[in-house]
Amino acid sequence: MSDVQTGTPALKQGFAEMFKGGVIMDVVTADQARIAEAAGATAVMALERVPADIRKDGGVARMSDPKMIKEIIAAVSIPVMAKVRIGHIVEAQILQAIGVDFIDESEVLTPADDQYHILKTDFKVPFVCGAKNLGEALRRVGEGASMIRTKGEAGTGNVIEAVRHARTVLGEIRAIQARPAEELMTVARDLQAPYELVKYVHANGKLPVVNFAAGGVATPADAALMMALGLDGVFVGSGIFKSDNPERRAQAIVKAVTHFQNPEVLAEISEDLGAPMTGINIDDLIPAERLATRGW
Amino acid sequence: MSAAGPRVGVLALQGAFREHRARLEALGAAVAEVRLPGDLAGLSGLILPGGESTTMARLMGEFGLWAPVRDFHAAGGHLWGTCAGAILLAREVQGAPPQFGHQDSLALLDVTVQRNAFGRQIDSFTTDLKLEGLDAPLPAVFIRAPAFARVGEGVQVLATHEGQTVAVQQGRVLATAFHPELTGDLRLHELFLNRLRTLTPA
Repeated sequence: MSDVQTGTPALKQGFAEMFKGGVIMDVVTADQARIAEAAGATAVMALERVPADIRKDGGVARMSDPKMIKEIIAAVSIPVMAKVRIGHIVEAQILQAIGVDFIDESEVLTPADDQYHILKTDFKVPFVCGAKNLGEALRRVGEGASMIRTKGEAGTGNVIEAVRHARTVLGEIRAIQARPAEELMTVARDLQAPYELVKYVHANGKLPVVNFAAGGVATPADAALMMALGLDGVFVGSGIFKSDNPERRAQAIVKAVTHFQNPEVLAEISEDLGAPMTGINIDDLIPAERLATRGW
Repeated sequence: MSAAGPRVGVLALQGAFREHRARLEALGAAVAEVRLPGDLAGLSGLILPGGESTTMARLMGEFGLWAPVRDFHAAGGHLWGTCAGAILLAREVQGAPPQFGHQDSLALLDVTVQRNAFGRQIDSFTTDLKLEGLDAPLPAVFIRAPAFARVGEGVQVLATHEGQTVAVQQGRVLATAFHPELTGDLRLHELFLNRLRTLTPA
């Protein structure tokens, strides 16, 4: 039929809508991907090292080996995401060619470009990007991101930065809603955000795309907290496979996102999960070790 | 049942349940979100939304929802599954997670559903679909969509796309492989509500 269309913004954003109320889990092997799928993950993020190890090992963190990503695609039936470095157009082309379902242009990897992000409208595969504040979120949507996530401070097991970013974005949305329409161009200038998207936020009181939490989620209560703040779902990275019992913790975090408004259920599922990942106090990180500051 | 009309539930474990809720409320329906078996009380219809069917199936099991939803149907309740929701309704599921080889479902619809029948996300598409019971084509969003590969005798085919069956009905069970909740076209939601109104005793 001639009216069939693919790769449209509606299809990319609609796909992101399907992740809502769900948990997307970082995995580095096909076995971990199977554990994530069995635990009820709505998607897996294939990467070479989880953020905690990237932090520990240092060096340049890059897109994963396509062979590993293909193994993960073959191992599960749920969507598979993978990360590219900020601004690395060719890594993104490679992931699209492999058939990855979603690309994360991620500050967790070492940036390839310190000025520019990928023009995501050039791709048929949808993108998710991190943001610390509303201006950053709307710049990424302007470039074609179909989904936004908080940056948090990945690999720390410490949720404070994710909370800060969520409160910042949601607070700035509420502040825009309170402004009269004639002030919106100045708001756009101050946020360094596209005017049309500022107008959208003013009219609708939300981002034009799905907004997830990421960076530092380590417990079911952390995941439920991010939902209670008003986010649409949760990415969990090091929090699962750096804990004592990944299967149980993964299952509990999935349940916590569904039942975030039900403290009785949360109490039950939080019990006896074994030790969570060891956390890092953000204040102990020297500025050069902070991942969230990457992105422009 | 209140005099105002039928109360409709939306399975709210994961996925696009808020979109279904908004469409139903735009049509004046009273909507309840269903996460636990007790939430089914007093409902005459239940929508199973799009999302990730493996996630929803897992949570259906964990929170004891399989039998209560089957009982709800047996007691006269109407069901409508969209995309992942349609997979949950089917008797047989093909393309289950490779590690399990099978996926639990409600088995209330005598079909074999093929998961991701049209490919991965890069193959997702929109089209205008001719659907039995609607006089003008419906904008349809297919996202990693399933198709009904085998259709049992008592099952009516409502729509096909490029030779694949994408909308079916069997008694009080409706299933669509696409996402009507992602468009502004309310006709299918209206159809579902009309059925509840006409078939629910006053």
